Amino acid sequence: MKCSKCTQKAVYLEPTLCKEHFIQYVENTAYNTIRKHKLLDKKDKIIVAVSGGKDSISVLYLTHKLFPKTQALAIDEGIKGYRQNTLKDLKEFCKKHKITLTIVSIKDNFGKTLDVMVKRTKLGPCTICGVLRRYLLNKYSKGFDKLVTGHNLDDEAQSIMMNILKGTVEMNARLGPKTGVKEYDEFVQRVKPLYFLKEKEIMTYSYLMNFNINFVECPYAEISYRNYVRDSINDLERKMPGTKYNIVSNFLKILPKLKKNFYRMQGVKLCDNCGEPSRLKYCKSCSLIDELKIKKIKA
Amino acid sequence: MKIIIEKEKQIKNLPFSGTIKALLIKLKINPETVIVAKNNELVTLEDCTEDSDEIKIMSVISGG
Repeated sequence: MKCSKCTQKAVYLEPTLCKEHFIQYVENTAYNTIRKHKLLDKKDKIIVAVSGGKDSISVLYLTHKLFPKTQALAIDEGIKGYRQNTLKDLKEFCKKHKITLTIVSIKDNFGKTLDVMVKRTKLGPCTICGVLRRYLLNKYSKGFDKLVTGHNLDDEAQSIMMNILKGTVEMNARLGPKTGVKEYDEFVQRVKPLYFLKEKEIMTYSYLMNFNINFVECPYAEISYRNYVRDSINDLERKMPGTKYNIVSNFLKILPKLKKNFYRMQGVKLCDNCGEPSRLKYCKSCSLIDELKIKKIKA
Repeated sequence: MKIIIEKEKQIKNLPFSGTIKALLIKLKINPETVIVAKNNELVTLEDCTEDSDEIKIMSVISGG
């Protein structure tokens, strides 16, 4: 099949495009998202949260291309046989593209690796990892105006549906292409340039760009609730193309109402234990570390 | 046909000729979750493949 814009052979269907036009399509979609939703400004000091996977490498490449002073920040959770491989690819990528990379580890910050923590609790590994990663990303991106993440259309559609299915629809008020609050120095605003790109499109882009990303699956991924939702949405997308886009675009129509009804940021408190931002007396990370009997809350 | 399924670290040898879409259906793989290379070149679901080709199936799902 031929490209819909020229006579070259197509490498992707819907949109049906050749290599050159597909790369252009992905980059234009990301840059249009940045412009339309005012995600990044040339005056911004930017850092990208990276794992070494296709999404974060692609968003790092695209952001760095547009804003050459962009830096990268990675979290090493301490997952044996997994994270060291992705960090190796990431280090090579950053070296090749002359990008400053900072790696912070869960063990250095909380005393134990994620592998040790999951053995001490019935909490799901993704729950623990999510809380601690968010904490460290915010803590180590202070001083930057924007924290860029590689979240894509699939991630967002999954999060929206998970919140509906779990009965936590108020959590959807915290989603969207730009999240967080810029009024408070304690929070670094998070932005998602790949918001309107499907996971398959990003994978195709990273393959065509020769990013050389090896597939390494997190050993904890199979036991996450997100997996069930992801598989269901992928089934729907196969039967009814456009499902993912429809979930996200319709969600964006109601997002202002959700924010009005559920998003209350009545002054940010600081955690009594660590001094990081928190809605309660103690932040989620300190409460979790205390619950896991790793380090007691001081107060 | 030599088929490399990257996610499962599997190599299969199957007699097959037809479209990539038909191959994925035969392997019970949702096309939405993978990209496919034929002899190291990216192909679409509508491209045809023959017994002599080497097919690599790569998962698009993030590792975690």
